[in-house]
Amino acid sequence: MIRKMGTRKKRRMAVLLACGLGLGSATVLTLSAFRDTLVFFVAPSDMASKAPGPGRVFRLGGLVESGSLRRGMEDSRPDARFRITDGAATVEVTYVGILPDLFREGQGVVTLGTLERDGVFHAREVLAKHDETYMPKDVADALRKSGRWNPASGPPPQAALWNTLGAAKP
Amino acid sequence: MSPELGHFALALAVAFAFAQAILPLWGAWRRDARLMQAAPAIAIGQLVALGTAYAALVWAAVTDDFSVLNVAENSHTLKPLIYKISGSWGNHEGSILLWCLILAMCGGAVAVFGRALPASLRARVIGVLGLSACGFELFALLESNPFARLWPAPVDGRDMNPLLQDPGLAFHPPLLYVGYVGFAIPFAFAIAALLEGRVDAAWGRWVRPWTLAAWCCLTGGIALGSWWSYYELGWGGFWFWDPVENASLLPWLTGTALLHSAIVVEKREALKVWTILLAIGTFSLSLSGTFLVRSGILNSVHSFASDPSRGVFILGLLALVIGGSLLLFALRASLLSSSGLFAPVSREGALVLNNILLCSIAAVVMTGTIYPLFADLLFGAKISVGPPFFNATVLPLAVPVFIAMSLGPALSWKRADLGAAVLRLWWVAVAAVAAGLFALIGMQALPALAFGAAVWIILGAIGEVVERIRLFRVPVAASAARFAGLPRGSFGTTLAHAGMGVTIAGIAGMSLAQESITLTKPGEGVPLAGYVFTLVDLHDAPGPNYASRVADLRVTRDGAPVALLSPSRRTFPVQKMTTTEAAIHTTGFSDLYAVLGDERDGAAVLRLHYNPLAPWIWFGALIMAAGGGISLADRRLRVGAPMRARASAAAKA
Repeated sequence: MIRKMGTRKKRRMAVLLACGLGLGSATVLTLSAFRDTLVFFVAPSDMASKAPGPGRVFRLGGLVESGSLRRGMEDSRPDARFRITDGAATVEVTYVGILPDLFREGQGVVTLGTLERDGVFHAREVLAKHDETYMPKDVADALRKSGRWNPASGPPPQAALWNTLGAAKP
Repeated sequence: MSPELGHFALALAVAFAFAQAILPLWGAWRRDARLMQAAPAIAIGQLVALGTAYAALVWAAVTDDFSVLNVAENSHTLKPLIYKISGSWGNHEGSILLWCLILAMCGGAVAVFGRALPASLRARVIGVLGLSACGFELFALLESNPFARLWPAPVDGRDMNPLLQDPGLAFHPPLLYVGYVGFAIPFAFAIAALLEGRVDAAWGRWVRPWTLAAWCCLTGGIALGSWWSYYELGWGGFWFWDPVENASLLPWLTGTALLHSAIVVEKREALKVWTILLAIGTFSLSLSGTFLVRSGILNSVHSFASDPSRGVFILGLLALVIGGSLLLFALRASLLSSSGLFAPVSREGALVLNNILLCSIAAVVMTGTIYPLFADLLFGAKISVGPPFFNATVLPLAVPVFIAMSLGPALSWKRADLGAAVLRLWWVAVAAVAAGLFALIGMQALPALAFGAAVWIILGAIGEVVERIRLFRVPVAASAARFAGLPRGSFGTTLAHAGMGVTIAGIAGMSLAQESITLTKPGEGVPLAGYVFTLVDLHDAPGPNYASRVADLRVTRDGAPVALLSPSRRTFPVQKMTTTEAAIHTTGFSDLYAVLGDERDGAAVLRLHYNPLAPWIWFGALIMAAGGGISLADRRLRVGAPMRARASAAAKA
């Protein structure tokens, strides 16, 4: 009987140990990965103060400034250059590849990439939501924070209007 | 007329759901045989009512009844018939109704196929299914009524999001939903077992086929979704660790764990409490996955049918279902005791390890998926968690799973000799290491490791069968006889494990993909991975409700023609949207993939991919689902579970 209790206890210990090992390694992995791989969202007006250094990937979001899209070539690869704005500041962005179907001037966009020393944001990914009325949540928050849009007053205005209206407001 | 009929049928279904929740559970509690007997009939009634409601919705879409708001907002007279039908679940209201319909089907399935169940268990299972249906059908009726009218009716509808006008929509959501909702049955069995206060081998035997069926559908649904995003979104990627994808992966991980721990309950009467908890957890993850995404709380690039305004009702429902079942678990789990003892190194031990690791992976994926939400709420930090996080956390935990996948089946129940099992698998290990080293010549460490793991898993699965039929150790005829006599369930295991290996090989192959983005004039050729893609022509082509711009590409290898690819861009005038249709030529071992971008001065931007082994990713998933299907056809599951008396007698023996 005592021996049986012993094996039961031993078995339970082994299972608990395995559980602890599994959860422990999961926690360690999560924490270490959080340190290295978290991707921050930065609005154009925060670029000066908050942007991570060159080489670190982060997300930049805002509205594509009207009339800013230029298509050209870079190293014999077709690229697109445009400016992202939140009404208070604009950032120059370059992207090599095919822009998403929903990419339009005046619409919300989120880009993922790095800020290089030339002051241009090199996007690896350009995300435009699969819905033309959609405003990325982060972008909407950034606009609200920069004081250019009050959600209570209706849907966000088109970027084309903002480029001119922006200066009038404090 | 028919929308009113549908609306009425939906209201009737809600009434049935309440009846299905209250009467059988009350009957089982009061030991009232008549009330318990009523359970199957009510479940069938609910299925008929919801089926009628859904048929009415499809009918409204097919007949272009734009006085129905849902149809006016999501359909158009010119939309092809298949998308009128499949479009009925391509929006918020319709997808919720489909969800409810599938839940009713689960109730109907238990009513029809569960005749051998003890009356009280069957009544309780059906009752719990009814209880979960109540809330969601009430939600469909009150908050997201698909039959709401629009007056005056518009002349034509607003058409469906063009990205959804794809055959993928016809198969992916229903299959995925059957997978999600199918886990309601193991959940109902778990809750019923807690109410009854007992779990035995027979319970494990009843639960496993339902879990297996749901798991097959979920596997197929996830694979279809991944394939759809691979070819439709034109990104050339198959998995982005996006919240929507993670939401489907989470119940798959815990469902896989459940599948394995239910084996231990059935065969060894151990791990009972854990299995119950897994069943509750899996369905909770299915629920929160579907509805967190639907409610717009988790943001995703490819969630379509979401509507943030209705999130509160759903959150309340989720809290009620998940909290209630966990509370019941806390109160009643102590009644269940496990009898089967086993040593740490044994088949059971390997299955426990599998469970721990799969749940750890699920925990890591869940943390990565919801952390941004909490960081935003608590610290106001706008962060996102991308593929690098998931790769760094999931891969180290997946490696021991891969190792255990081949070793586990080689161990015996109760107590096993690890050394002997390793010795038996020596040739598999040698082949895996050789494959990994050989792969290291041409590629980086990680894909090489994955190729080694793939070989280890596939050969390990085959080795299991070879071992069972004692190939080369007994005469070939005897081996053949043993082969014919093997239960189908063991083939299922072999296939499912091998399928996983094939998928891993496919994912590893994708890391060798090559791509090229060019600006090309007609007549020019682009070399890529030994192929030459020549742009032959750019032209316009009409479609039923769109106009498309097509590029004709001729692909040659050493001058010999290989394929003709025609990627295109479609412009949908009603929704003012353009979609990109990638063109794919597959050889079974690699994909040639072409996307047409914008045009500048007569030249077109082309993105070309060479994706080695890409088709294996979905081929492997298909093998996994097929393995599950073969297991389902196992005689031991089909011939009916033994009666309780027999099962307990067998357990004592």
